[in-house]
Amino acid sequence: MTPPISTPSINWLAISPEIALAAAGVVMVMLRSVLRRRPITMPLCVVVAISGVVAAGAVEYRLWQVVDHHRAISTVAGMVRVDLFGIFLGVVVLGATLMTLLLSVAYLRREGLDAPEYLALVLLSAAGMLAMTTANDLIVVFLALEVLSIPLYVLAAFDRRRLSSQEAGIKYFVLGAFSSAIFLYGVALTYGATGTTSLTGIASFLAHNTLLDQGTLLAGIAFLLVGLGFKVAAVPFHMWTPDVYQGAPTPITAFMSAATKAAGFAALLRVFGVAFPLYRADWRPAVFALAVLSLVVGSVAAVVQTDVKRMLAYSSIAHAGYILIGFQTATSRGREAALLYLFVYSFMTVGAFAVLTVATRRGDDRHSLDDYRGLALERPIVGGLLIFFVLAQAGIPFTGGFIAKLEVFSAAAQAHQYVLLVIGVLAAVVTAYFYLRIAYTVLTPGEETSSAKPLETPRRVDVWSGLVLVACAALVLVVGVVPGVFVHWARDATFLL
Amino acid sequence: MTDFPILTAIIATPLIGAVVVTMLPSRRPEIIKAVGYGFTIATLGLACWLLADFSTKNIFFQFVENQPWLPGIGSRYIVGVDGISLFMVVATALLMPLSLLASQRYPSQRPKAFTAWFLLLEFSLLGIFLSLDLIMFFVFWEILLVPMYFLIQGWGHERRQYAALKFFLYTAVGSALMLACILVLGFLHQGATGVLTFDYRVLAAWAYHGLSLTTETVLFLGFMIAFAIKLPLVPFHTWLPDAHTEAPTAGSVVLAGVIIKMGAYGFLRFSFELFPHASVNLAPLLLTLGVIGILYGAVVAAMQKNLKRVIAYSSIAHMGFVIVGIFSLTVLGLDGAVFTMLSHPLTTGALFLVVGMLYERRHTYEISEYGGVWRSAPMLTAMFMLAMVAGIGLPGFSGFIGEFLSLVGTFVSRRPWAIAGAIGVIFAAVYMLWAFQRVFMGKPSAITLRMPDVSLREVIVVAPLLALSLFLGLYPKAALDRIEPSVKRTIVNVELKTGFHEKRPAGYSKTTLPKGVTASESIRLGLGGP
Repeated sequence: MTPPISTPSINWLAISPEIALAAAGVVMVMLRSVLRRRPITMPLCVVVAISGVVAAGAVEYRLWQVVDHHRAISTVAGMVRVDLFGIFLGVVVLGATLMTLLLSVAYLRREGLDAPEYLALVLLSAAGMLAMTTANDLIVVFLALEVLSIPLYVLAAFDRRRLSSQEAGIKYFVLGAFSSAIFLYGVALTYGATGTTSLTGIASFLAHNTLLDQGTLLAGIAFLLVGLGFKVAAVPFHMWTPDVYQGAPTPITAFMSAATKAAGFAALLRVFGVAFPLYRADWRPAVFALAVLSLVVGSVAAVVQTDVKRMLAYSSIAHAGYILIGFQTATSRGREAALLYLFVYSFMTVGAFAVLTVATRRGDDRHSLDDYRGLALERPIVGGLLIFFVLAQAGIPFTGGFIAKLEVFSAAAQAHQYVLLVIGVLAAVVTAYFYLRIAYTVLTPGEETSSAKPLETPRRVDVWSGLVLVACAALVLVVGVVPGVFVHWARDATFLL
Repeated sequence: MTDFPILTAIIATPLIGAVVVTMLPSRRPEIIKAVGYGFTIATLGLACWLLADFSTKNIFFQFVENQPWLPGIGSRYIVGVDGISLFMVVATALLMPLSLLASQRYPSQRPKAFTAWFLLLEFSLLGIFLSLDLIMFFVFWEILLVPMYFLIQGWGHERRQYAALKFFLYTAVGSALMLACILVLGFLHQGATGVLTFDYRVLAAWAYHGLSLTTETVLFLGFMIAFAIKLPLVPFHTWLPDAHTEAPTAGSVVLAGVIIKMGAYGFLRFSFELFPHASVNLAPLLLTLGVIGILYGAVVAAMQKNLKRVIAYSSIAHMGFVIVGIFSLTVLGLDGAVFTMLSHPLTTGALFLVVGMLYERRHTYEISEYGGVWRSAPMLTAMFMLAMVAGIGLPGFSGFIGEFLSLVGTFVSRRPWAIAGAIGVIFAAVYMLWAFQRVFMGKPSAITLRMPDVSLREVIVVAPLLALSLFLGLYPKAALDRIEPSVKRTIVNVELKTGFHEKRPAGYSKTTLPKGVTASESIRLGLGGP
């Protein structure tokens, strides 16, 4: 008689957010196969998708209450760990997902891409991201990485008619698969050095043992950093970013720039903060280099771009640099700054891409600066919002962007990282230059000679996209004016152990 | 004194105005203009109330309000006013309604956005001069860039895009370094004492003994670059002629009148109290830069073909006097500097306004296009002449008092620099009179002959500025009584903190604190504590 296979006990509540998203995704695929191309299919799927996200959000809220009063929930044999840190970033991911879904409704109709698979893929990817925020084991991190990436490869290439979208998909897939492999190799090396893949396990192993040969572990740490650096688009692992951001459907660009970055940083902060705090002296210089390169390359390369989507892609690289500053300090203030920055950045960037989504015409391929000339004069509200979002990203006071940057710089000053601090503030000036260029272009009337008005369709912003724009702008503004409560949340969420 | 939060009211009024303006329909420009006047005049009224309520007995900050603002970062909403900031607030509040009135006809396009940005500009300027928390100071300093950028960019002249961007980038680089220094200072204080605060008074009481000389010097230099760009000191000045020339009249008035004083104010308020050793050690450097500014500004101004550029370069020279007065490190010199900071907005503001009236008539600033204006517009000529002589320091006008005090102070402590600076006074007469000759004297062309003279509105815009300049020139005590207590406190604090001795003219007794104020109270800037 064979002994029963022992399965780890599972706290179902802890993994319900992921389940809600994945279930909603599966339901949509089934609806699609049962109902086929009936007119009801798409609206029904939208409802299912949004209910999935809302349900996941409700569970996160419940988890927040539970974790806030008790302690972190560790479940599935310690592979999943739900703490305030994971919930905070989970909420960021869910927020970005919801915004993406709302934004996609009108977008898909306009582009003639009415396909429920799109929504299902967004939700599956988001489920992977949520898993990433609470993963406490390198294997789970890897699984989450794949779950979030594979739908994104498809989504990037979703606009079949547009060649640049195809190119984006292929490019993202090849480079993404490559980086996943590197990450997996890092997992293997780390396992070889420590005999475990559990983050807490690694930490306690390293605390109690001295490695005679550190080469394997250090190589493992380096590979992990490379794999995750790719996901957060840190220089020099950023090569895919401009092309993919430019080619992907704009709502997906918003999703990638906000949610993927949040998930990637969740893994970075957790893996390095929990498993390798003792090796701080080894990984901090590497992160220092990543941060400096991201800031310099991201801000300088953005200046010479003529395509707004590419510009924002490079700016997102620079933003990654700021978040890396917070990560590099390896202090609780630094983590707090990184979390707050991710929160604010998500809504700033989704807002900016949302404006691009509604401002462009059918085809989603006219995003050069010239196409945006005079936008604020023709459509004051849309153009004004774009100016607001770019000024917020530039870190102008009384926007969330300022508070986020201030927090990051504070963390650097407190940790005596003066070189990073000075590079950071100077990079902020360079980025301000091209953000102003966008604002300026939007405010300048176009030449009369170009008879074909570039931004003619659609004149009206649909309700859902409008909701996204207003919600993002309101959040960014509120964080800028009364940051106290958000800073407080981010601070609560910094305790990893 | 009442409990009414007057400083908050002063800062908030223009902000509320800006919000109200954005909500008005853009089809009704007359309502927008009326609201603009209403809020700027209300601010001026509050500023006058502040002036009347200001006590000459209290050498520290008055009307202080202290509220939590950014608890996570340790920044608080702290506002207060002393003799150094009082007149900057009043000058700002005074120039704003006049500039708006001057822009009534031009620019005609998009009055709504113009008024809203203008009110936002006033909000940020008042915030800068009233903040006592370094982060808050930085916030206002930074936010100022936005309205100014859009004002130059949206309503400026031909090369406005270039000028606006240059203005933005120069200032942003300076303020970025300043932010870095503010944060470093705050966190060094936290590391030493365990308290995270950016309260300027707390940091000032700690920094002089808490920082090593090297750190102090580096931080001083970081702040200095920000202030020197704004002032502007000579190697950092190239944004100013472009910005002044390309900005619309109202923008030029505010730029020359108030914005460039932010740098001088920064030195007075922050550099001396926070970094006294470095201020004393590096005084010769700044004196030299100031003298270079005086001479260079004057020489270059004389060479200009564009009337607005003449005045722009003259501002560089005037700010040179201010910086020389400040770093003479004497009570007289500081009095002169602060007095010039009050007088210069009046005289240069008037000059820019008159030049703006010329532009409205002829649509050019080229000196060679003019000539003989006095024939067709005698009143305009008279106004320009009065503004000019007030600016170049004719005794009887305020410009004289400020420059004279600055130079006397410098003569007492640093003779060679004073002599070099005094030569600049002569140059000032050269470039201004020469410009006056070429524009207003001589034979008028046919177009110039048809030029209308000033309207009543235009007289109303300029007259108060000239009248105030005359009043302060004849009775400077009115302002100096309010300035001097804070200036004395600043000098005494530098002495207490560094062991430096202020040089006084023979027969003058040492500068002392008023009775009842102890040295430690003075170092803590009136803040309670051990």
